[in-house]
Amino acid sequence: MIIVKDVTKRYARAVAVDHISFSVEKGQIVGFLGPNGAGKTTTMRILTCFLSPSAGTASVAGFDVLEQPFEVKKRIGYLPETPPLYPEMETAEYLRFVGKLKGLSGTELEKRVNYVCERCFVADVKNKLLGKLSKGYRQRVGLAQAIIHNPDVLILDEPTAGLDPKQINETRDLIKGLAGDHTIILSTHILPEVEQTCEQVLIINKGKLVATDSVRNLQARARDAETLLLEVAARDGEPDPLLVQQKLEAIPGVSGVVCTDRKDVGLTFEVQSQRGQLVRGDLARAVVASGWDLCELRPAARSLEEIFLQLTGSEAPQS
Amino acid sequence: MRNIWTICSKELRSYFVSPIAYLLLTMFALIFGFFFWNALGYFVIAGLEMQMRGQNFPMNVNEQIIRPLLSNASVVGLFFIPMITMRLFAEEKRSGTIELLATSPVHDIEVIVGKWLAAMILYACLLFFTAINFAFLFRYGHPDWKPLAVGYLGLLLQAGTLLALGTFISTLTKNQIIAGAATFGVCLLLWVLEWTSGYESATWAHVLAYLSVITHFESFAKGVIEVKDVIFYLSGIFLGLFFTARSMESLRWRS
Repeated sequence: MIIVKDVTKRYARAVAVDHISFSVEKGQIVGFLGPNGAGKTTTMRILTCFLSPSAGTASVAGFDVLEQPFEVKKRIGYLPETPPLYPEMETAEYLRFVGKLKGLSGTELEKRVNYVCERCFVADVKNKLLGKLSKGYRQRVGLAQAIIHNPDVLILDEPTAGLDPKQINETRDLIKGLAGDHTIILSTHILPEVEQTCEQVLIINKGKLVATDSVRNLQARARDAETLLLEVAARDGEPDPLLVQQKLEAIPGVSGVVCTDRKDVGLTFEVQSQRGQLVRGDLARAVVASGWDLCELRPAARSLEEIFLQLTGSEAPQS
Repeated sequence: MRNIWTICSKELRSYFVSPIAYLLLTMFALIFGFFFWNALGYFVIAGLEMQMRGQNFPMNVNEQIIRPLLSNASVVGLFFIPMITMRLFAEEKRSGTIELLATSPVHDIEVIVGKWLAAMILYACLLFFTAINFAFLFRYGHPDWKPLAVGYLGLLLQAGTLLALGTFISTLTKNQIIAGAATFGVCLLLWVLEWTSGYESATWAHVLAYLSVITHFESFAKGVIEVKDVIFYLSGIFLGLFFTARSMESLRWRS
């Protein structure tokens, strides 16, 4: 559906996007992940024909963004970072205006306006001025605007930025609901969002694509060598930290154990496992068999987060 | 064509739901009304004096009221044009709505013409207030309507040129004040360029005077349609809109 080949965007003094290539299949939700200023917005703007690439080619639904921008524009819905709203317009009126721009008219236009209002939960503010809406509503009107002409491809630039947790969940559900009929690219710098909504992840840093894989593969990759946090307590007072450490280190696959925290109830250990070894079960058994209580056993960092930090951190190798 | 109208009606709506249109209309009506009142006052006094001296000098409403007033309207218009055009693109660039227009299946030129047309319609609304004043002349006198109609055509053509230039300038910045100030400068310059012909008869002075938008209005004010003046204004409109289109296109490479 979307094919990007060696796309580069140079500005006068900086390179915003550096030879990026990827492709997205029809019906997929792809997360475009990267720290601020990594080049996410620029890439999205190239796909929506707002910017022209300095080099390379990009095509959406089989149409090249440089050769046939008109055809591309008909097939994409775009929600920029700040929703493009006119403060002096009312919601329904604005959606009607955008619908007309996208080529809808007559009863079909009315039907679509009503449909997207319901779908994006903005029906109750239909007759309110956009300038008076709260951030959450604005974002949703922006989303409604993007899907008004039922485009094949949806490009959403940080669709959940600035929303409260409840709204974030609603928006994510909404986006998930839209998948299937639409191919979706959404950019974000929030990791759980990608884990929850996307099937495929593109990680970009300093204009370069550093990883592209399915969420499941990336999570598995992160689990390869993981850091686990373990809290151990004893029924009669405190267990001996050295003794616990020895027991844990004896488990095959464990490469290092450090006691990091002492609380009145228990001790916290950071356990480093070797690549490709699953040690959680053995850890739990070892603790219980020794007569201690296992209070907590969890990964030290969210799985994707580790990979993300590895890939985008300054000391990380740029592959 | 449909897209042009969609854009144009949206622009008109934002002029008329905000105070901009009403402020401009009120100020223009006040200023022009004052000019009209003065012109009429002089005309009446002059008429009385002629009668007292027993002279039978022919008085002409068209020549003595309408013609100078049309010239006045064209100059007052120069001051209002920057206020009409400054927001056209600068506002869209600042609020980010330009991204919506630029990623919708509409041609740049449709957006540009739509916006320019909305500005023209607002300017025509300003001129409507001059027409109310002139209506009194038709009620109490017998002026010829044809020179007046030609005068209006000239005013619209002249405004078309300046509005097109203003639209172009508005694409260059995100800041409405910068757009407005620059447009005002250009409008004023295009007015005073004509002064060179007053003291200098070299070719350059003629060229400068020829570029002045006021020079080309004089024949319209007289009620004469000169082809060269019509062509001057039409090419001005074309040039302004052409520059706007190029400027819009360059956004894709620069921003």
